[in-house]
Amino acid sequence: MSQETGSTKSLIPEPLEFNTQLWKRRSIRDFLARNFVGAGGIAVIGSIILIFVFLFAVVFPLFKGAALYPVSSYSLPDAAVGDSLLYSTEEQAEVSMRLDSSGVVHFFYTDTGTLVQKFDLLAGLNAKISSWKHVDTERNILALGLDTGQILIFRHSYTLRYADDRRTIIPRISYPYGEEPIDLGIGRQAVDHFAIGDNEDGLTIFAYTREGPRLVDYAKVFSFLDEDEIVLELASQVSLPYVDRPMNALLSPERQWLYLLNDEGVISLYDIRSAETPVHIEDVQPLDAGSRPTAFEFLIGGISVLLADDQGDVHQLFLVRDEDGNQHLTEIRRFSGATAKISGLVAEQLRKGFLVTDDAGQVSVFHTTASRHLLTEKIADHALLHLSIAPRSDKIVAEDSTGQLHVWKLDNEHPEASFSSIWGKVWYESYPEPDYVWQSSSASSDFEPKFSLTPLTFGTFKAAFYAMLLAMPLAIFGAIFTAYFMAPKMRGIVKPTIEIMEALPTVILGFLAGLWLAPFVESHLPGIFVCLLVIPAGMFVASLAWWILPDRIKLLVPEGWQAALLIPVVILCTWMALAFSPWMENVFFGGNMRIWITDTLGIGYDQRNSIIIGIAMGFAVIPTIFSIAEDAVFSVPKHLTSGSLALGATPWQSLVHVVLPSASPGIFSATMIGLGRAVGETMIVLMATGNTPVMDFSIFEGMRTLSANVAVELPESEVNSTHFRILFLAALVLFVFTFFFNTIAEIVRQRLREKYSTL
Amino acid sequence: MSDQANRSSFKSFMSSGQPWVWMNAGAVAVSMIMVAGLLFLIAIRGLGHFWPKTVYEIEYDNGTNIVQIVGERVETEEVPRKRIVESGIRVDSDKDLIERSLIKVGIREVLGVDFMLTVAPNERSVRTPEDVVVLERTQWGNFYGYLTDVKEDGETADVGDAKLWDELERRLHRVTELREQIEDIEKNKIGSINFQLEKLRLKRRGLELRGVTEQRSYDLISARQDEYTRDYEVLKAELDALYRDIARDSITARVMTGDEVEIKLANVVKAYQPNAMSLVAKVVFYIKTFWGFISDDPREANTEGGIFPAIFGTVIMVLLMSIIVTPFGVVAAIYLREYAHQGLITRLVRISVNNLAGVPSIVYGVFGLGFFVYVVGGTIDQLFYQEALPSPTFGSGGVLWASLTLALLTVPVVIVATEEGLARIPRSVREGSLALGATKAETLWRTVLPMASPAMMTGLILAVARAAGEVAPLMLVGAVKLAPSLPVDMNAPFVHLERKFMHLGFHIYDVGFQSPNVEAARPLVYATALILVVVIVVLNLSAIYIRNHLREKYRSLEQH
Repeated sequence: MSQETGSTKSLIPEPLEFNTQLWKRRSIRDFLARNFVGAGGIAVIGSIILIFVFLFAVVFPLFKGAALYPVSSYSLPDAAVGDSLLYSTEEQAEVSMRLDSSGVVHFFYTDTGTLVQKFDLLAGLNAKISSWKHVDTERNILALGLDTGQILIFRHSYTLRYADDRRTIIPRISYPYGEEPIDLGIGRQAVDHFAIGDNEDGLTIFAYTREGPRLVDYAKVFSFLDEDEIVLELASQVSLPYVDRPMNALLSPERQWLYLLNDEGVISLYDIRSAETPVHIEDVQPLDAGSRPTAFEFLIGGISVLLADDQGDVHQLFLVRDEDGNQHLTEIRRFSGATAKISGLVAEQLRKGFLVTDDAGQVSVFHTTASRHLLTEKIADHALLHLSIAPRSDKIVAEDSTGQLHVWKLDNEHPEASFSSIWGKVWYESYPEPDYVWQSSSASSDFEPKFSLTPLTFGTFKAAFYAMLLAMPLAIFGAIFTAYFMAPKMRGIVKPTIEIMEALPTVILGFLAGLWLAPFVESHLPGIFVCLLVIPAGMFVASLAWWILPDRIKLLVPEGWQAALLIPVVILCTWMALAFSPWMENVFFGGNMRIWITDTLGIGYDQRNSIIIGIAMGFAVIPTIFSIAEDAVFSVPKHLTSGSLALGATPWQSLVHVVLPSASPGIFSATMIGLGRAVGETMIVLMATGNTPVMDFSIFEGMRTLSANVAVELPESEVNSTHFRILFLAALVLFVFTFFFNTIAEIVRQRLREKYSTL
Repeated sequence: MSDQANRSSFKSFMSSGQPWVWMNAGAVAVSMIMVAGLLFLIAIRGLGHFWPKTVYEIEYDNGTNIVQIVGERVETEEVPRKRIVESGIRVDSDKDLIERSLIKVGIREVLGVDFMLTVAPNERSVRTPEDVVVLERTQWGNFYGYLTDVKEDGETADVGDAKLWDELERRLHRVTELREQIEDIEKNKIGSINFQLEKLRLKRRGLELRGVTEQRSYDLISARQDEYTRDYEVLKAELDALYRDIARDSITARVMTGDEVEIKLANVVKAYQPNAMSLVAKVVFYIKTFWGFISDDPREANTEGGIFPAIFGTVIMVLLMSIIVTPFGVVAAIYLREYAHQGLITRLVRISVNNLAGVPSIVYGVFGLGFFVYVVGGTIDQLFYQEALPSPTFGSGGVLWASLTLALLTVPVVIVATEEGLARIPRSVREGSLALGATKAETLWRTVLPMASPAMMTGLILAVARAAGEVAPLMLVGAVKLAPSLPVDMNAPFVHLERKFMHLGFHIYDVGFQSPNVEAARPLVYATALILVVVIVVLNLSAIYIRNHLREKYRSLEQH
């Protein structure tokens, strides 16, 4: 063996030495590269997952319920059990106030109960409190009915002071209508119930005394000397018909409606728009037989009234206009959730939500628009008597029947969102019936946000539908011709052109659609419709003409160039249709088809309508469908068609019976991907529609789509607000939707590819 | 031919399927016409904007009296007579179709409108006087009128024998030079001082936040602030002098209403007499205007002037994006094709990557805003830019976040193209390299990647083309209608990644749809669109060219 080695040394290479420095370095480098590439690859894949996870994480809190966390609990000072009338809490929830039955206002630190300051409202007045009420929770205005036939209106406000780097809140009591109580002119008799409506023009007071109900109306006069000082001038004073056993009354802030409740739960509605002549409209009894009312309050905004009963139900009612224009107090929703007798009801100050307390020591949180029961939590062992919620709805203070105060932190970020408020029909305040509405913001603070994604989703599909209507025939037929009939040379021109078409920025398509196409279509409307007939007819005539032509001429143009031959035909047809458009307008539509559509057909016409979208977005979608469908048809194995042709089928027969059946999954997936693109397209719809969220399938009207809505509203939306998260939800819906359809399409394509490779 | 033969011929024509074939061909024809028509439309309108148009002087009967209209004919179309009559205009013709023109009359300060509609039968006479002057101004839009006087300090200037027009041109030249000096001082010098002062303010705030009590640091800042303020005062004085100089000259001119209007030359950007221009002069004018369009800043709420900041912003954003997207896309493609086990998971990942290309771009924008801007940017601000809070530094949209968002959007494009390139490289190449003892990394680095580099190039070009045209996500993550300063300038550290930027596509959207005077801005939007389209078409054609070339190459490789 060793001898032979010597003689063949030059032929057999020396065994490789794997232990060298170089080799080690190389394998380390290989190892590093492997890991680097692996890490990079996984990072990219991870970021894809991150998109989904992040969108979901932003959306998730929408559907979380509310939660209460205990802060503190302490007993009332002075053992003042049963003596409290009402509570209120300031903006920061640091200081709360308690009004007791002797007319003393106690300001105390919410968390500890330490007294800050005390005011005696009745000091110097020889009177006792007979009734009490919040008048305006936003401006912290309250009122007391006195046993002297007077009403005292007062306001609590807070100023911040920084001293020694410490912030202190200084409470203050003021009297917007003067320190002297307003005398109702009924003599010295106790005001048992009252309600106050207060706006810029005047003040209306409803008062119920033993002599019956009365309505007193004041006009506001601004003092010449001091603009802040308001003088009330008596405008009218009328008595209302006697009501038996009244329990509570509410007067709408705009001084238009009076709701008078008796202890059986019957609400009498009065129209007091003219205060001298109140009109009784109707009596409504929303409660079930045997139930008794326990609380009666306005929801923020003063449009809805909430009526709680001793069975644990809360009824929401508001005025609904019927076909004849008459208003009826209608029960809109019923909230059940509190299990025991409801003892109190407090409306939130910035949202259309409310809280109730019950005899079992529980607090329940609801939201009206979303029909949501967010939470029921037992916070005390005894019945709760009073409840106050901070203006930002982040803290509650409740007093139970033993005089114990319970302070809890409330975490309730997004009560407005629920499945029904986002996707279902919702009966919004002042609407005649439940409807799908998207209207996310308004100037007024007591606005009811309308977060229905349904009209936007509808708009999205409407836009996609009209786009596909144009794109599908053009793209699929074009793809079939290009892949199956077209001469390779022409194919070499058509395919890059389609790629350029795909690459054209949608902002340019949208801009042309909005600024050029929309006015153009409007002024050539008859021509556009005639185009749809004339162009196919022109093609047919061209093919017939070609068929009749003698072979001598036919042979001049090689097979597979029909598309090029048709270009002048199509241009000619279009030109003719458009040139005749004004003439047709004159003859058939009285000179203006747009007006004819609105007047004679009774259909609304937007300049930026679905025709524009169909054309512009169709243009954007054609190349997507075209490329994929063309690929599918082109990759049908050639021997299949050769076989068919050899058996005597015409090219068209082979196409219809052999090629299309096997390529149809590919064409299907092309359509799916095209649909995905149409659904998600933003700029074209943003620029070429009026962006109004209507639910109308009319071809002459526009739409607002999910994507355009996100693009318009997200930059202005407050971070992490409900609106912000709902816009993220819209994005998530788009993401999931397109991802789903694309995945189906992609799987179909892969299957198809495998099938072809076995054929 | 007998009737029967004819019919059977028709029947055989129908059964041959030829009509259907032609219908399919027609679909291709329509698509081609749409693409060509669109490009043609943009080209005509975009290029036409810069051509000095003839100015007409029309004696026009507006129904009540005869007025003079001086302006450019923007558009002419045939409209049914009824429609015109319905809009309350008397027409001196009984033809069914009436020619109606849109005339740009400018002088917004006199008329209150930019445009007027005329109907052909009411045009009593149309002239093209040679001495009509068009002034492009910084305010109130174009001016059309007849020059009557050239003034200096409010007095008629002594022009000697020179013609008024030549004198105007001479003085305008001087004003233009002064204006350039003013711009240089205002934008560059004072801009730089403001930048430094802001930096000092933040530095002081930073010291306060960190609780530094040492007086010396504060004094140092104050000293430098004073220094800059002194510099500023000097520049301010210089500027005042320049403003006095530039305000010297003015002209008076008669407009179509017959009124004499005085115009300060300081407000005039350009003056020309289109009807007196020769073809050569028009071509020169055209080239100059076009150059001005791509090199100047916008004026009058973007409706006039140039689009330089938008071009610059787009380029910077796309460059940044390319720097980010290329390595990630290529690495991911290599991983998927060369390293990952080709099983179900890889297949799923590949499907997802393909799908991501189909996810609506606005979704990326939403993600970019929520994640990059608010989460990442907000955190960066908390950690490093506390002194600037509550005004955000990275916590609001900016060029960095826009590039990252678009990188995410275009990464599938790069991955798909690169993977395709890798897949096309014959196995034999890899096997040869491995058989010679190269490690996998070496094989990749030395043989596979160089061969696949044109494919990567294709991917990158397509990604750039997509990013340059994408607008929806940028609306959320940092494109603005008017950025006060460019993302790259002469102030250290030169590249300002947190700044907002202008973008061509967004510019089109904004000027075309958000501007107060859409009609007047429209030609400019066409011109902007043309530039964007040209960039994108060129990019795509080069990508197509590279790819086709590549296919040829591999085909020859495979055949060996």
